[in-house]
Amino acid sequence: MKARTLGRHVRESFKSIRRNSWMTFASVSAVTVTLLLVGVFIVIMMNLNQLAQSIENDVEIKVVADPAADETTIKELVEKVRSTDGVLEVVYSSRDAELDKMIKSFGDELSLYKQSNPLGDALYVKAKDPQQTATIAKKIDTYDYTYDVVYGEEKVEKLFGILNMSRNVGLVLIVALLFTAMFLISNTIRITIVARRTEIEIMKLVGATNNFVRIPFLLEGMWLGILGAIAPMLIISISYYKLFELLEPKLQGELFQLLNTTPFIIQLNGLILFMGIFIGVWGSFMSVRKFLKV
Amino acid sequence: MIVMKNVYKKYPNGVVAANGINIEIGRGEFVYVVGPSGAGKSTFIKMMYREERPTSGDIIINGTNLATLRNKRVPQLRRQIGVVFQDFKLLPKLTVYENVAFALEVIEAPPAEIRKKVNDVLALVGLTQKARMFPNELSGGEEQRVSIARSIVNVPKVVIADEPTGNLDPETSWEIMRIFEQINARGTTIVMATHNREIVNTIKHRVIAIEGGLITRDEYGGEYYEG
Repeated sequence: MKARTLGRHVRESFKSIRRNSWMTFASVSAVTVTLLLVGVFIVIMMNLNQLAQSIENDVEIKVVADPAADETTIKELVEKVRSTDGVLEVVYSSRDAELDKMIKSFGDELSLYKQSNPLGDALYVKAKDPQQTATIAKKIDTYDYTYDVVYGEEKVEKLFGILNMSRNVGLVLIVALLFTAMFLISNTIRITIVARRTEIEIMKLVGATNNFVRIPFLLEGMWLGILGAIAPMLIISISYYKLFELLEPKLQGELFQLLNTTPFIIQLNGLILFMGIFIGVWGSFMSVRKFLKV
Repeated sequence: MIVMKNVYKKYPNGVVAANGINIEIGRGEFVYVVGPSGAGKSTFIKMMYREERPTSGDIIINGTNLATLRNKRVPQLRRQIGVVFQDFKLLPKLTVYENVAFALEVIEAPPAEIRKKVNDVLALVGLTQKARMFPNELSGGEEQRVSIARSIVNVPKVVIADEPTGNLDPETSWEIMRIFEQINARGTTIVMATHNREIVNTIKHRVIAIEGGLITRDEYGGEYYEG
């Protein structure tokens, strides 16, 4: 396409945005609301995903050795567990260390057990692949001198279930919102087209190509999408920075960490802008196709 | 130039507007298309610039068969055909000059070429002095002259006019006819649907009469009569 023609298309698209200012306002608002909700949802989703991942990575198997086992047997057990397929690392914690941990979390009353420690030595096992945790746990359970093997199976699966469900509900909402915004944009473009029917008719009669007729409308849709994306990008970026500043110090050392602002915010802004453009161009494409029969 | 073979056109509502039309129009001819309203005149005209497609049969213009022409090629066809309407179809927000230039702008002609061609054609229809006026400041005859200028600015081989004098008083109609005669004299084929008995009977050309979707009469230097 010639630069002069492109210039003309751009001018035409701006002209009709100004001409239909109310419809422009309506569809830009629709895009704004949509993208804002979608953006907030993505922020929540991504952070929940991050949480799920850190929980997943944090899943470990606690193997309690038989309290009756002697030191050599324990050493053999540690070696055996370490050489089990799929095991990433094994951390040994003596029965006394285990009791200290319990005293620390449940209080000094437990100190009297120091006289005769009822606990067994513990091994903390991490799997190379968190998904393999259950299999490995079952295998270790068959070894001699293991008293108990636990890995918080139910809790983890419940959490994943909740995360998955909220993700699906959110996706359905996003799709519904995107469709609403597209519908509004295609209505705006339709009004533009109706207002310029004679012009389009003449264009086609004198032999303008379909693209020549179509491109100004697609551009108009694109501007609507971009205009609608500006506010969500600003609001979400600023809020996330503030939230990050506020929460980050409080979450030090916790399992749950907010995603770092970079590159997350830049990627998110890119995505919002892309979605705005996509909604706009696609919405106007649908309406151009229907009304111009080009 | 223009050939129609066994052209049949049935609209979705069941109306048959062309019931086996065969016609041949040569290069540089001037043809009137006459007939009562609803006889199929407009369909006949519209099929020539592929506003309508025939249900069956062939329409060949400058060697291109419109019946099999793909949508993508239609713009190329339209650039060889000028179309003039009864209601002028001018853009009210553009000046006379801009209305004519519009036809060249949308086919992406270079600006220098646009300037030259528009000025030439405005001189031909006698509107050089009114180039900067808007359509609502013109008389009906002047508006039709602008629309004719627009239809010929790209030097088409054929000009198709659908009742170009239908909205004009007799005197203005003669003015418009003089312009069509001039265009025809330069070698452009003209096909004009008309109800104007006086014009057809005075400025003698080939007359094609259509009735009930059929050509009922086709004579050179024919008269306008309903029959």
